[in-house]
Amino acid sequence: MKTILKIISLAGLLLTILPAIAVFKGFIEIENHYTLMAVGMVLWFGSAPFWMKGVSLEDDEK
Amino acid sequence: MTTNESPPVAGAAKSSLVERLDALYEYDREPVSEKKLHGWKTYIAMFAGEHVAGTELVLGPLMVMHGVSAKDFFLGLLVGNILAVLSWALLTAPIAVKKRLTIYWQLRRIIGPYLTIFYSAFYALILCLLAGAMVNVAVTAVSIPFHIPNPDFNAGDVLPTIPWMGLALVVGSVIAALAVLGFEKIAHFSKICAPWMVLVFFAAAIAVLADLGTKSFGDFWHIAETKIFTGVPIGNNSKYTFWHVAGFAWLCNAAQHLGMSDVTIFRYAKKWTQGFASAFGMFLGHYGAWISSGILCAAYLAAGNENPQPGTIALFGAGIAGAVSVVIAGWTTANPTLYRAGLAIQVATPNWKRWKVTFAAGALMIITACIPAVNANLDRIVGYYGLILAPLGAFVVADVWLLPRMGLISDFTGKSGKMMSWPSALAWGFTLIVSFFLIGKDSFGWLMRLLGDSLPEWLDNMKMDVMFLVGPAWLLAGIFYILFSLVQQKSKANVKLIMEGGLA
Repeated sequence: MKTILKIISLAGLLLTILPAIAVFKGFIEIENHYTLMAVGMVLWFGSAPFWMKGVSLEDDEK
Repeated sequence: MTTNESPPVAGAAKSSLVERLDALYEYDREPVSEKKLHGWKTYIAMFAGEHVAGTELVLGPLMVMHGVSAKDFFLGLLVGNILAVLSWALLTAPIAVKKRLTIYWQLRRIIGPYLTIFYSAFYALILCLLAGAMVNVAVTAVSIPFHIPNPDFNAGDVLPTIPWMGLALVVGSVIAALAVLGFEKIAHFSKICAPWMVLVFFAAAIAVLADLGTKSFGDFWHIAETKIFTGVPIGNNSKYTFWHVAGFAWLCNAAQHLGMSDVTIFRYAKKWTQGFASAFGMFLGHYGAWISSGILCAAYLAAGNENPQPGTIALFGAGIAGAVSVVIAGWTTANPTLYRAGLAIQVATPNWKRWKVTFAAGALMIITACIPAVNANLDRIVGYYGLILAPLGAFVVADVWLLPRMGLISDFTGKSGKMMSWPSALAWGFTLIVSFFLIGKDSFGWLMRLLGDSLPEWLDNMKMDVMFLVGPAWLLAGIFYILFSLVQQKSKANVKLIMEGGLA
């Protein structure tokens, strides 16, 4: 399950950065970039909180 | 920009201010034990997360508005950020690892309890201002769907509109309410946001580069020089040079590195070399994110828009995701900052409940958020705060490393049970007088009128800015502290005290 969540998170990050490069290269319009980034945001926040551990100095290092 | 780790609350109200302050920090009194130490990964994640904050979207555009040239900006940031990393790695981390104490206990031993109270009170005020700047950043994005215009300081807006203030009140109240509940969960959430937020900043900048006429990455430098960092100030802003950029990049966290407040964080490090992990925060946040936000600002203005604000430029470059990232960036950084401000203020208000203290700090935060001049001058505010707090770090460095090599005693104030270190008080006071005189002789109207033409030519020609002064002030404070400590410890009474083994 965690692996699937991590893959979804990765897809979210890729959808955040790759559309910008596509706009820069002239492959897509900026409006599509906005939409894809919003999808990337939903994927990231829909998956990362379930597997990503925050770092706290008060916790002992595992 | 960031603030350091907070101490947990402990202890009830006590009779004196010093006892109350001690009780508040009681939990952190002992040095960190071996089993609680953290490795590189923790510090890399922490710095990378904490230095990509909402205020990065204010500082990049500020540099554009001040007419920095591309060469000055890129080189200045490189030099300034390298100096910042070296300050953390060679000054802060080695002392943190050697002593393993929080800044509160480290300072208390060196400057004494009275000056530590002053330090805490000043730090609380600064934290409220910074939290206000972060709320302001968040509101510039929240205002968009409501079609409420953001205040434009450069166009003469001294205050925002009433609806904008209403939004700031709502956002600030939510942040204060969450800070009352504690900030651990929000701190965790902010760390989850970090990787995504870094990419949003970069993606937004890359997407608008084409609007500026960049056809390939090879064109970038030409466009940067002619359309982004043009070297011409916008509006009434003063002209910034390489020295302003390098100075600001170095000193914007001066309170944390030169001022040593990050010993609180690095006391958990396994090795002092982990201070170099700060490079991840500096080069992702204060290099990458500042360049990105500068590009966004220039593209936003080039598209015919006015009043570049964090929310509007992020929406312009990244759509809804950009606006959301600004709200999150402002909210997640304002929340722990306000919590820490509340902790510091609690010392002076022992009979107040925790929620009352936090809401009092929150009120100051909301007022600050409603003053457009704060974010428009954020670089100056951060500069002055660094200038005022950095000398304390010089005392710590001198006390830990230099005094023992000179045959003097470290922690003399703590060991002799004194309530205040007069060498620290005088060194701090003299340094600030010299610094503010050098800045004020060319910029404070009352001082310029008072001095007239009476200054010698060499002094009159010395044009100092707060951004150039933090490093020299730090050195000067260290020299003053060593000289005064020499006088103090070589006085007859203290020599006798030391000879008789009278120090604890």
